[in-house]
Amino acid sequence: MNFSVIPISYYLVLSAVLFGLGLLAFVFKRNIITIFMAIELMLNAVNLAFVAFARAHNQLDGLVFVFFVIVVAACEAAVGLAIVISVYVNRQTLNIERINLLKF
Amino acid sequence: MHILLDQLWIIIALPLVGSAINGLLGRKFPKPVVNTVAIGALALSFLCALEAVREFLAAGQATVFHTYFTWIHAGIFQVDFRLQMDQLTVVMLLVVTFVSLLVHIYSTGYMAHEEGYYRFFSYLNLFVFFMLILVLAANVVLLFVGWEGVGLCSYLLVGFWFLKPSAISAGKKAFITTRIGDFGFTVGILLLFWTFKSVDYVEIFKKASTMPVEAWGLGGTLTVICLLLFTGAVGKSAQLPLYVWLPDAMEGPTPVSALIHAATMVTAGVYMVARMNPLFSRAPLALFVVALIGALTAFFAATIGLLQTDIKKVLAYSTVSQLGYMFLACGVGAYASGIFHLMTHAFFKGLLFLAAGSVIHAMGGDQEMPHMGGLRTKIPITFWTMLIATLAIAGIPGFAGFFSKDAILEAAKDGPNANFWLWLLGVVAAGMTSFYMFRLIFLTFFGKPRYDEHKVHVHESPYNMTGPLIVLAILSTIGGWFAAPHLVGGPDYFTNFLHPVFAAYAPETGTAVSEAAGEAASPAILLFHALTGWPVIVGLLGLALAWWFYIKSPDTPKKLAQSLSGPYTLIHNKYYVDEIYGFLIIQPLLWISTNVLWHFVDEGVIDGTVNGTARVARETGSHVREIQSGNARSYATWVVIGGAGVTVLMLGLWGMVR
Amino acid sequence: MIPFILFFLLAFVAVGAAVALIVAREPIHSALSLILVMISLAVLYLLLGAEFISAVQIIVYAGAIMVLFVFVIMLLNAGVEERTDFSKLAKWVGPILAFFMIVELGVWLSRSAIGRVVATGSPESYTPASTVGLSRMIFQQYLLPFEATSILILIAIIGALVLAKKGE
Repeated sequence: MNFSVIPISYYLVLSAVLFGLGLLAFVFKRNIITIFMAIELMLNAVNLAFVAFARAHNQLDGLVFVFFVIVVAACEAAVGLAIVISVYVNRQTLNIERINLLKF
Repeated sequence: MHILLDQLWIIIALPLVGSAINGLLGRKFPKPVVNTVAIGALALSFLCALEAVREFLAAGQATVFHTYFTWIHAGIFQVDFRLQMDQLTVVMLLVVTFVSLLVHIYSTGYMAHEEGYYRFFSYLNLFVFFMLILVLAANVVLLFVGWEGVGLCSYLLVGFWFLKPSAISAGKKAFITTRIGDFGFTVGILLLFWTFKSVDYVEIFKKASTMPVEAWGLGGTLTVICLLLFTGAVGKSAQLPLYVWLPDAMEGPTPVSALIHAATMVTAGVYMVARMNPLFSRAPLALFVVALIGALTAFFAATIGLLQTDIKKVLAYSTVSQLGYMFLACGVGAYASGIFHLMTHAFFKGLLFLAAGSVIHAMGGDQEMPHMGGLRTKIPITFWTMLIATLAIAGIPGFAGFFSKDAILEAAKDGPNANFWLWLLGVVAAGMTSFYMFRLIFLTFFGKPRYDEHKVHVHESPYNMTGPLIVLAILSTIGGWFAAPHLVGGPDYFTNFLHPVFAAYAPETGTAVSEAAGEAASPAILLFHALTGWPVIVGLLGLALAWWFYIKSPDTPKKLAQSLSGPYTLIHNKYYVDEIYGFLIIQPLLWISTNVLWHFVDEGVIDGTVNGTARVARETGSHVREIQSGNARSYATWVVIGGAGVTVLMLGLWGMVR
Repeated sequence: MIPFILFFLLAFVAVGAAVALIVAREPIHSALSLILVMISLAVLYLLLGAEFISAVQIIVYAGAIMVLFVFVIMLLNAGVEERTDFSKLAKWVGPILAFFMIVELGVWLSRSAIGRVVATGSPESYTPASTVGLSRMIFQQYLLPFEATSILILIAIIGALVLAKKGE
């Protein structure tokens, strides 16, 4: 099968849509963990864009970047979830609007 | 050998040194040391002045100039510390140093029991320093330095008893009123520099002598310059309308009144006009203004002096009046007579003030004449010296004042710029002068004592006070004899001595300089004319009237006052001039200062802007900080907003780039 | 033909799962939706010829990170959240702007020149990205970032340990 007939722009639009949906979830949801997942969704969308561009230019650099993104996302998820656990232990809530001490 | 003539600065420096030593270290000195320093400095200065004069005369009276250092040099504006010696300077120098010396000696007695003894002498020496600068200066700016300096010392000395509120206000009044005149003077100097590109006397006079005499009516530059310079003189020499400070300045100690407000500082205006004679002679309008104001002031002040009861106030108004005579003299072109009167006035007015101080000292501080009476037997030296001075000021023939006043009124009547009305004002004022001065004598020294003899112990003053009185009395008698030969057709030595100064740059039409000596009549007739002239008549009339009013029938003043109560009240209250000034000038100024400048500008605009800026910042901040609500969702939304904005921007730019 | 069908199928699944993530009330449902998104993305990577990345996506992303998420959800017993809306801004402006961004990016990307690129070359030259080449790049050109990320992993481990311990 010849997959090269699909224009790159299709992938890019998909990437944009997924990114936007992630953004939407990011501002809309209240649960911290869900917000984290929205961040992961955004990262994934960006990964898709990178891979699409790598194919478009026939270069491997985009894939290397995707590799690093995945690694960093892993670390970030680990530390972030550890923080979430600490917050839960301290405040007994996962509602982000209840964690509002960082204010004036 | 021209040692001192070359080192003129020594004459000036000596009083400065005395002032500095007394000022800085005097607090620790006992009185004799303070005396020695102050009087010693001044005596040395006087001796040096004498020596300089001797050398001047020996060198053929050629004008001498010395530049000691350059003070200001800015482009073409150059002011040097340049001193000069000519005949006019000789007269002023000797008068200033000698009278100052006498006043210093007198003060050792008068101020003997005062706090701040050393401070007084320090200020007094400082005053002499500035006055000498004024007199010896060879350019206008240096003259102004001395001018301002003596104003400062006047302020310091009038307010010497600084814990007394009336003294402080009097000091302020003196300084501020003369300041108004000084403003005109400064503008005059600026215009002078602009016109002549120099402030040096010789340069100015040389250039001015090439200029024609200006026309009457609104004259040209010279007229404006002279009028501006004259406003300074109006302030400094207490003429109309800026004379109001002089009577108040009597708050100062009597030696101060004698030296500064009679003999020297107030005469600075006259000196300035005389010195600037090349300019004034070419500006007839300005000259007329000088004469007019002089005559009016002479008349006006004399009327006020008629009814004053404070002995020093009578003398103060008398000083204002006599200064008017000096300006009248200069205004009709008889500059030498003006200076002559300045010299004789220094003698007899200085004497009058010092003697008044002696009377006050005898009365234990009381200055009101209604409280005095019959003092002539108790303080004879004071009485006789004061009487001599009164005879001089009234123009009684033989004494100093007669010669100088007579010369002035002659010039006003017959001189080149004569004016009948000015002469009339002068004559009437002379009569009034005689009247009020003899009134003073009779009220103070004659009649029955009006004070409680048990409370006040009248005693004669010590030698250091009566000594100067005697010296000045002698000078008041013989001081005018320079001009005596002129009465019988001979030369007037004084005027002839000063002739070079006033003839050097005089315009060809000859509006200045001494009177024509074309009289061919015999000496006896001339003498007869002199002795029966109007000045003498009114002088004797004044004496007679005063005798009638205050000795023969003492009720007359009171009856006259009651029947003429309107004019009496007006004059007695000094024509309400101070009140009028207060109403027209001071109140509006205070109102503007408080309401406009203070409340509106300072509080409203300036504070408002500064505080307002802070307030805006604070309020903006307090509103903006609410963005940081702690709510992470709103933070996230802000991030999205920012992201959307940047995206639009980038895409837009990208679109533009493409 | 078939590639298009495949592509659109996968695209719809991905988008659908993303919408489900937003709409879901329980966090666990969101997690599962996210896993679905990742899987469909992995297949899309295959379509684009990035085999290695596709595998890594499944193994690491869907297989480790999401499992971690699920574990945490289970640990914290995360359930339906109470309905609080403290921020009006987030409630109204946020979604609108997010939607706007979707539309805008989509439109623009579809119109941009790069988007019109069809992979160059003939069908024969459509070679999958070689893993060997990729690893060569990582360990030669991008060695520094590689080392940096390894340090990052180290820090993350330490951080996670420290944070988890703090409760005591």
